[in-house]
Amino acid sequence: MKALAIDTSTFVMGVSVVDGDQVLGEVITNLKKNHSIRLMPAIDELMKDTGVRPNQLERIIVAHGPGSYTGVRIGVTTAKTLAYSLGIPLVGVSSIEVLAQNGRFFNGVISPIFDARRGQVYTGLYGDMNGEFTNIARDQICLVTDWASHLNSQYENVLFLGNDISIHKEIIIEKLGDKVQFGQISDHNPRPSELARVGIAKEPTKDVHSFTPNYIRLAEAEANWLANQEK
Amino acid sequence: MDKKLILAIETSCDETAAAVIKNGNEILSNIVASQIESHKRFGGVVPEIASRHHVEQITVIIEEAMKEANVTYNDLSAIAVTEGPGLVGALLIGVNAAKALAFAHSLPLIGVHHIAGHIYANQLITDLSFPLMTLVVSGGHTELVYMKEHGSFEVIGETRDDAVGEAYDKVARTLNLPYPGGPHIDRLAASGEASIDLPRAWLEPDSYDFSFSGLKSAVINTLHNAKQKGIEISKEDLAASFQESVIEVLVEKSKRAATEYDVKQFLVAGGVAANKGLREKLKEQFTELGIELVIPPLYLCTDNAAMIGAAAFVHLEKQQFTSYTLNGNPGLDLEND
Ligand SMILES: [Zn+2]
Repeated sequence: MKALAIDTSTFVMGVSVVDGDQVLGEVITNLKKNHSIRLMPAIDELMKDTGVRPNQLERIIVAHGPGSYTGVRIGVTTAKTLAYSLGIPLVGVSSIEVLAQNGRFFNGVISPIFDARRGQVYTGLYGDMNGEFTNIARDQICLVTDWASHLNSQYENVLFLGNDISIHKEIIIEKLGDKVQFGQISDHNPRPSELARVGIAKEPTKDVHSFTPNYIRLAEAEANWLANQEK
Repeated sequence: MDKKLILAIETSCDETAAAVIKNGNEILSNIVASQIESHKRFGGVVPEIASRHHVEQITVIIEEAMKEANVTYNDLSAIAVTEGPGLVGALLIGVNAAKALAFAHSLPLIGVHHIAGHIYANQLITDLSFPLMTLVVSGGHTELVYMKEHGSFEVIGETRDDAVGEAYDKVARTLNLPYPGGPHIDRLAASGEASIDLPRAWLEPDSYDFSFSGLKSAVINTLHNAKQKGIEISKEDLAASFQESVIEVLVEKSKRAATEYDVKQFLVAGGVAANKGLREKLKEQFTELGIELVIPPLYLCTDNAAMIGAAAFVHLEKQQFTSYTLNGNPGLDLEND
């Protein structure tokens, strides 16, 4: 199966093209540059380099969030429009789950994090359960202090991954002590080829049209409005 | 004549729209999904909410436009999209969808200025004859644009503060009218008497610029003072007085610009072109002047993608295409388009 995978959930932009059990190519950058400008040129170039034409694609895979609202929308809009107009299946994969793959061989649980400001992170918990690498705690937004305390009470070995670790490292060490490990620099970028691998194993979405990002959070205006309604 | 079809997309504010246009002047389909019902509860357009709705709607609307036009991607000559100005997060949805379509089907990509679109909405009802002048009036814009030929735009005057539509919405809010307020003021004004003295901002004698913030403040002050004195002010009369002041300035400057630039046609563009009071006054005055006046029907005045397809045709004829680096540009300049 020829598939194209796209991830623009964070500053990391990733594109990969796979064919069956081979990764034909991947592009990955970790730059504070505009995904909207760089994504389609990257897709175009990688497709040309790997010799795959758009009409040969059999599946589009996208990291559907959480992450930067705008970033996730750029990837999801591109992916769903490609899938709809080429008439091929679309698969959404959690952006946290993609990053977790970088710790697949870790002996313990993996908590990938994206900074969500004001002491908060987007995270989730992944690891080996009965021989299968899987989701253990759902993707969520939470205060990093609460999250680290929770992990400390439940687990012995925790691996943190992500380019935003430096922002929260002190608190994490304070809560988890020597139970925690942090990935090396090359472990922090979610890899688009991992996204493709995970996406090929998943069921495509039933309706491409209604496919939307998983923001985790309501828009601020909507949350305020709902709070007012309850008063 | 061979037929050239453009699929156009517009997502600059709170409408998700797609259209298929033939040869720049014939509408094969024109689909608009308005988000207004969702934004009403906030009393205005919330950018993050608008972006979210665009993602939900975008491919549905594109598919509907293609189906209604009864065409396939092989039939198209180009994909066009609003590049700016507008809400950046909203623009990005249209731009990225357009790039995906262009890439998937190896079609040229055309970025269009939103205001150029509003102006070219007129080409969907009549042939443009140059030189021409356009009065652009909407929630975000108030300007007089001179065109000596296709694709050439010179802004000879613009608002220095609020756009007309913005002033309407703000005045409507002080009168406790529901959002969006423009149509409500127009309706109230029709049954009121312009009996309240409100200022007209003419600015410098030779200026084609506009200013509406002073007028807006005058309306608010009038209401405030009356309330303090315990006097009841008729909403209808206040609306009529406000509307008269706005229209008088718009129409006078339009007439002067049309005469000085000796234009063959005078066009009206943008959502406020739906205002009945403005339409009637312009018709009356331009008939007197003997200059052809063109005002699009309501569905072509408000944001739509048909107008983007009409404006894009000029680029298609000149083979002016954009690369995949095309981005949403909230501050896009019309004159360098
Ligand atoms: Zn507009």
